[in-house]
Order: sequence, then structure tokens, then C-alpha cells
Amino acid sequence: MKPRDFDLPDADVAWCPGCGNLSILRSLKATLAELEIQPENLVFVSGIGQAGKLPHYIKGNVFNGLHGRSLSPATAIKAANPDLIVIDVSGDGCMYGEGGNHFMHTIRRNPDITNLVHNNMVYGLTKGQASPTSQRDFNTPLQVDGVFLEPFNPLAVAIALDASFVARAFSGDRKQSIEIFKAAINHKGYALVDIFQPCVSFNKVNTRDWFREHTYYLEDDHDPQDRNLAFQRATETGEYPLGIFYQNPDKSTFEENLTVYRDEKTPLYQRKLDKDKLRALVESKR
Amino acid sequence: MPVFLKEEDISIVLCGEAGQGIQTVEVILAQAVKQTGYHIFSTKEYMSRVRGGENSTQIRISSDRVASYVDRIDILLALSYGAIDHLKDRISPNTVIIGDPEHIKSARESENISSGLNANFIEIPLMQTAEDIGGIIYANVIVAGALSCLLDIPKEIFDGLISDMFARKGPEILQNDLKAGEAGYTLGKGLMESEENQVRLSLEAHSTVRDELLLSGTDAAGMGCLAGGCRFMSSYPMTPSTPLQAFLAGNAHDFELVYEQAEDEIAAINMALGASYAGARSMVATSGSGFALMEEGVGLAGMTETPVVIYLGQRPGPAVGLPTRTSQEDLNLALYSGTGEFPRIIFAPGKLEDAFTLSQQAFNLADKYQIPVFILSDQYFADCYYNIPSLPLEEVGNEDYLIKTTPDYRRYLITHDGVTPRGIPGYGEGMVIVDSDEHDEEGHITENLEIRTHMVDKRLKKMDHIRKDALAPELVGSDDYANLVLGWGSTYWPIREALENINKKGLNPDSRKTSFLHLKQVYPLHSSVTDYLEKAEDVIILENNAQGQMANIIQLETGLEIQEKFLKYNGMPFSVEEVEKRLLQFMGIEDSGPDGHDKPSGEVL
Ligand SMILES: Cc1ncc(C[n+]2csc(CCOP(=O)(O)OP(=O)(O)O)c2C)c(N)n1
Ligand code: SF4
Repeated sequence: MKPRDFDLPDADVAWCPGCGNLSILRSLKATLAELEIQPENLVFVSGIGQAGKLPHYIKGNVFNGLHGRSLSPATAIKAANPDLIVIDVSGDGCMYGEGGNHFMHTIRRNPDITNLVHNNMVYGLTKGQASPTSQRDFNTPLQVDGVFLEPFNPLAVAIALDASFVARAFSGDRKQSIEIFKAAINHKGYALVDIFQPCVSFNKVNTRDWFREHTYYLEDDHDPQDRNLAFQRATETGEYPLGIFYQNPDKSTFEENLTVYRDEKTPLYQRKLDKDKLRALVESKR
Repeated sequence: MPVFLKEEDISIVLCGEAGQGIQTVEVILAQAVKQTGYHIFSTKEYMSRVRGGENSTQIRISSDRVASYVDRIDILLALSYGAIDHLKDRISPNTVIIGDPEHIKSARESENISSGLNANFIEIPLMQTAEDIGGIIYANVIVAGALSCLLDIPKEIFDGLISDMFARKGPEILQNDLKAGEAGYTLGKGLMESEENQVRLSLEAHSTVRDELLLSGTDAAGMGCLAGGCRFMSSYPMTPSTPLQAFLAGNAHDFELVYEQAEDEIAAINMALGASYAGARSMVATSGSGFALMEEGVGLAGMTETPVVIYLGQRPGPAVGLPTRTSQEDLNLALYSGTGEFPRIIFAPGKLEDAFTLSQQAFNLADKYQIPVFILSDQYFADCYYNIPSLPLEEVGNEDYLIKTTPDYRRYLITHDGVTPRGIPGYGEGMVIVDSDEHDEEGHITENLEIRTHMVDKRLKKMDHIRKDALAPELVGSDDYANLVLGWGSTYWPIREALENINKKGLNPDSRKTSFLHLKQVYPLHSSVTDYLEKAEDVIILENNAQGQMANIIQLETGLEIQEKFLKYNGMPFSVEEVEKRLLQFMGIEDSGPDGHDKPSGEVL
């Protein structure tokens, strides 16, 4: 397959020129093409924000829901039909702010979905307020004294909760991003990819150059199965490592644990009411 | 002390602290009574705590069908020090209070109640007997045994039920429970044969009752959900919706459904919508505050036209209100939940058969119109049990509204009736695109204001057909009435029984003059509701809320104002007696009945 197999010719892309989201979109199309995934089997789930609009610019099924809530429908879509490939696309505010509780509990559930979080350290769509990942001293019209909260560290939190796949990418490096996306989608279980992404309109601090200067890739011999080490690397600040921090291939997924699929893999919509069982249940009350 | 005799319809109330196993007695007795061939109704009221407090269960046992709460207490079994005080407003000179000497003594000594409490006390050595068997935890089974004996319930039936219930707790506990039952029968026999404190009950058993169903409101709704093809439920525990969650979780294996306890109600409804998008018939169950958290998700269902069934077990608010009590206060919340304008259906079952049928139809209609459909229940309805001959299983028919998509599939294609054939991802070659933002026919986000108008029209157009599909209200009584009593949801039986009593007592010379209209679909209303109302000279509505929410909706929908309202909102259901009294006033008949230990608990507007 070719990346353009995922093009939507009539899409009215509403992102600013130069936005990191555009690179992520291109990398994602290339990833899906390389993995030969059929758009009919693909479901993009998103919340609200600039990142959340991505599914409208790529070919596939789409559930674009509420701000912060994308992981709940994503989990349930996979649970209702495990044959589908589910990719959740959200922003840092959407995922870690409004959706923080769901982020935590989705890691615990471990559905086999991929979670791409466009982390531009700012709220883009609502025009430049602080996000949970905004760095200290970041000034905005709402944070008039500058941000004085500790930035949320999604990787460290995910590893602490034993998320089954935790990685960080940088939108400006498409080649490496594609490799990380491929590994995330191929991974069985919940896969978090936090993607550093410049917002050219509202984040004048964490720019493309800033990300380039403040990131580097984990060494080739980094062992992603070493959870303590992964946690330690995830807490590095100043210079931020990129790559696959942690992977736990041994965890069972949410769907695997559902008894409905123990003997039969049929998606839920194909199952019909067994009237005899219903009658037996009613009769048991006599 | 006079001999206590009671025939036909007996109201027994058991009262004790949480943790004393009163609900166990309720379950055993309800089954035993039904298996013996008597009609049974039970309902509980309880405090929001796991230990202590005062909780009571009413068990009505009757030669005829019964299905409603009454204030009257014929026999009170007091299992705790506070029991008598807790129920003093409902104790009359005809009440027989049976209890341990200690508990009765403390009640007699209490200033709070001793004055004016003119009941018959019978002491039985409950606690001592329990201690002798192995501990006071056996008191509940002793009480069950004593009552069973008084009710002439065959000992084999009783022992069978005890064995079913306690076998899994191990042979020692089972043996003790059987012994406790035995001791209870002995105490019961003592009362039947006593010279001074004789208690004699006489009821007519019907063999047909033995084969009937004994269900709670929750059971009936739960079976309806299964009948409707529910495949996915995500919810967060909240009284009184938790029993329905437990019912479906408990049947998940047999009926191939997924139950997931979400991290909160927001996740719950968003999960249900995700599963529904993927084609699974989905639902949530919650109560007021939990539903308040779901509201944005209701709007999402409206915008994305994703079917979902919402079971809303009402209890008093605002906020956490009275967690374990009953109310009909969240009608407005259901009706107006979610941003913007979109169609919905709201059902409110009043009897078990309705709970089954409406729940099943909720899933069908949610799928047919791709909308949220509500089942408005409440604590009283969810927790009450009674026997019915059967459920209309034969009428269950689930339509399949899913289509296989073609490559040019458009999820929001504008059609003449507003309903687009519904595709789901992975079934067919098309893309299924849904969006919480306004969207075009394909489902892609748009800010085109013309498309916006068309999409609003498309969604609202469904309302015409939803109205045509609306379920007719049930008229109880002659259709040649002058007075009309209106009720909705769980008030069905108390109103119906009150009217029947008035007629039976001959207080109403022209019984045809007053009829009862029960609304089970509360939104949108069936077109006949206007006709029924216009025909009546006088109308009264009864609601378990303070503002007459249903009356207001009726006015909004029909333009007709209901002047008389009987509203109760102290957290308890309407009792037959208070309804009777109020209806006599409404009908212009003096209340001449002697059973006037009524305390007004709400406002009479
Ligand atoms: C419940 C709710 N609250 C607030 C909003 C407004 N809102 C829309 S997007 C957004 C923040 C988006 O930020 P982020 O998730 O970082 O995404 P970005 O736009 O930067 O990609 C907010 C607050 C909303 N749509 N819904
Ligand atoms: S506001 Fe920022 S995140 Fe949004 S499109 Fe523009 S550059 Fe990208």
C-alpha cells in the first residue's frame, strides 16, 4: 500500500501551515501503508482539539467524540469488535488534563489500542492556554504569573502503572516516528506514544528548534523490558530522550479477559438473542 | 390481651438494624409465601449505612393480588431497640408488636414513644433462643420461622429454602440455620396456641400462585434488557441502579454480554457509545448525580445519532440527597439533559410487565431511531417484589437495523424521515464516520451553516415518527369518567389499589365517575393523552416530587394545565392509605375511614 491510499482528497485541513500535526499525519499514513492495514478495519477515535481533528484528514472509520473522553469509546469499540484496529488520537490537554482519569484507568485495562498523544505543551484549539505538560514559567493570557505547576510526566506515570508500551516521538523526525508508530500498532496491548509537536501559533518557547535541541534518542542497547530503568529515563528533564522506553509483552489485554470471547471470537453485533436462555432465566423465578 | 385474628391481607413489617439480615428474611419469606400459594408483595426502606440504623421491610401477604406499599402494619417484628420508635407513626391500636423482651421494654420506657402508643405487645425470647443456637445472627431465621409457622407455611418448603440459601456457607452454619428455623416454628406455634396472646392468621391459598413468577422491579427491567439484546453495559455503582448492574453482570456469561465497571459515569456513557458505534446494543445504569456526569455523553449520543439505553434509578436530590430513598425528581434532568436539541424517548414503568416490555423496546427504539432512550425507574420500584403470572416473552421481537455498508456509504445521508440506514465499522466496505462537531452527510466536521440547519432538521424530523410510535397510556376504569387521576411510573399500584379500595368500600356511589390514567411513556406523550385530559372535568396528578414535573411536561406538550396535584417528596413512596384519603377529597367524598394515623409528609397543592 501507499501512503496516499489513506488520503481524503476533499479534506479541508484546518491546521496552521507549519504545524507539527501535519508531519504526524504524514508519518501516520506512511506507517499504515507499510503495515498494509485496510482502512475499513481501522477506527480512529479522538477527542477535541487540533490533534483531535486528525481523523478527518485520513481514510478510516472515525469516532470523534468528546474532549478528554476518547479512550473510553476506543476501549469499548475494541471490546465490542476485537477485529478492528483502534487508534486513539488526542492532544496533551485532552488526554492528560480533561481525560486524566481515563488515561490512568485505560492503562490498567490494557485494551489492544494505540494512543497517539500530540504533545505541544499548550492548548492549540482554544488559543494558547497552559496544558498539563506546559513547562514552568510558560506565560499565557490565563496563566498570567507564568505556569508554576510541575509539568505532568505522562511517560513516568504510564510506566509507574505498568502500561504495556510507552514511547516518545518527535513530529519533526518522520523516519523515526514511523518506526515508533509501527512498533506501537504492532504491540499487543495499550500503547502510548507521546509525540512532541510544535504549535507554531501558540507555543513560542517549545519550537521545532527547541525540540530538536532538547531531545536525543535512547541508546540502541536500551532494554525496554527493564521497567526501573525505563522509569528513570522517563524522569529525565532538560534533555528529553525519544524512542521506546518500555514494553511489557506479557500482559493480557482487556478483550482477552472478557469471557464473551473465551470460546467464540465473533464481534458482539453478530450475536443473536438466545430466546431459550431467556425463557429459562424467567422460568427460574417461578 | 385480645386474640389477634387477621384474614385476607396481612401487612407484616420487620424492622432492625442494617447487618441483622432482614433482607434474608424478606427473601425466604417471599419465596415461602408464594410457594404456599399466597400472593406476596414486599418492599424495603433503609438508611444509607452498612451497619446500624433502622431498616424495615414490609411483606404483604394476601389472598388476592397485592403490589403496593401500605402504611398499615398488622404485625411488627421488632428486632432492635430502635425499631418501634422508628415506625411509631405507622403503629396503630390494631398493630401487634412481637419482639424480644429487651427491645420491647426499651420501647415502653422510651419517653419518645410510650405515650400514646397503643398497640399490643407480645414478647418472645428471640435473642436468648438465638444465643442458644450459636449467636444473635440467627435471630433473623428464627423470626422467619415464627412467621412461617403463623402463616401455615409447610415446614418442608421452609427448610428447602433455608437449605438453598445457606448450603454454600458450609454444613455447620446450615445446621444452625435449620435449627433456628425449627426454634422459630416452635415460637410461632406457641403464639398460635397461647391463651392470652393468641395470634391467628388465616389466608386463602391458591395453587396457581405457586407457579407464578416472583420478581423485583430490577429483575423485570433486567430481563427486558436481555430480551432487547443488550450486549454491553458500562456503569458505575450508585443506589438504586446498582442492583440492575449486578443483574446484568450476573447474567453476562449466559447472555454473552460485556459488563464493565467504568472509572466514573463519564467513562461509562462514553464506553457505551463506543460499543454501540461498533454495533453492540449498549446501556448504562445510574442515578441522579451519576447521570448528571453523563449529560455531555447524552448530547454526544444526540449529535452522533448513536443508540444508547439509559436506566435512571431515581432517588431524592439535589446532589447526593437521600441515597437510599425514592423519588420521581429526575424527569426534568432526563428530558433536558445534553446540550442542544435532539430527540429522545423516556419510559417510566409502573408494573413488572411494563418494566420488561419497555426495557426490551427501549433497545429496539434506540436502534430504530439512533437516539438515547431512557428507562426511568426509582428506588421503590427497583427494590419491590411481587408475584405475577408471566412475562410477555412471546411478544419479544428484535428488529435488526444494521446494514452492510457500500464504498459510498454516508453515515448522515439526509433521508425523508431523518433516519439514515446505520452502518458500523468493519461490516461492509464503507467508512463510518461520526463526529461530535456538526458534520456533513459523510460525517466530516463542518462549519457550513446551511448544512448545520439541514442536520438539525434531519435529527429533529425523527420526532414525528417517534411520536407516532409512542406508547398509549393505560386507562384503568371506565372511559366514561368525569374525574381523572393521573400518575406515571412507579405510582401505578398505590393509585390503582386506592381507587379499588374506594370502590370496594362503596364510598363512591358512582365508581364510573373516576378513572385512572397511567403514563408509561412520559416523553414524548401519546396523542391520546390530550383527548383523555380534555374529556375530564377534574384532573389530579400524583407525583413523588415537589414541583409536579410531569404536570409541567403535560402542560408543555398538550397546553392543558393540571390544577390539582398531590406531591410527596420526603423520600418515601405513596402509601395506599394516603392516596385513598387524598382521592376521596378530590372526588368530593368525605373521608369517613377510621384508619387515620396519616401524617402529611409532603405538600398538598
Ligand atoms: C468539556 C469541554 N471543555 C472544554 C472544551 C474546549 N476545548 C476544546 S479543545 C481544548 C484544549 C485542547 O488542547 P489539547 O488537547 O492540548 O489539543 P491541541 O488543540 O493542542 O491539539 C479545550 C479546552 C471542550 N470542547 N469541551
Ligand atoms: S494552533 Fe498550533 S496546534 Fe493548532 S494547528 Fe495551529 S500550530 Fe497546530
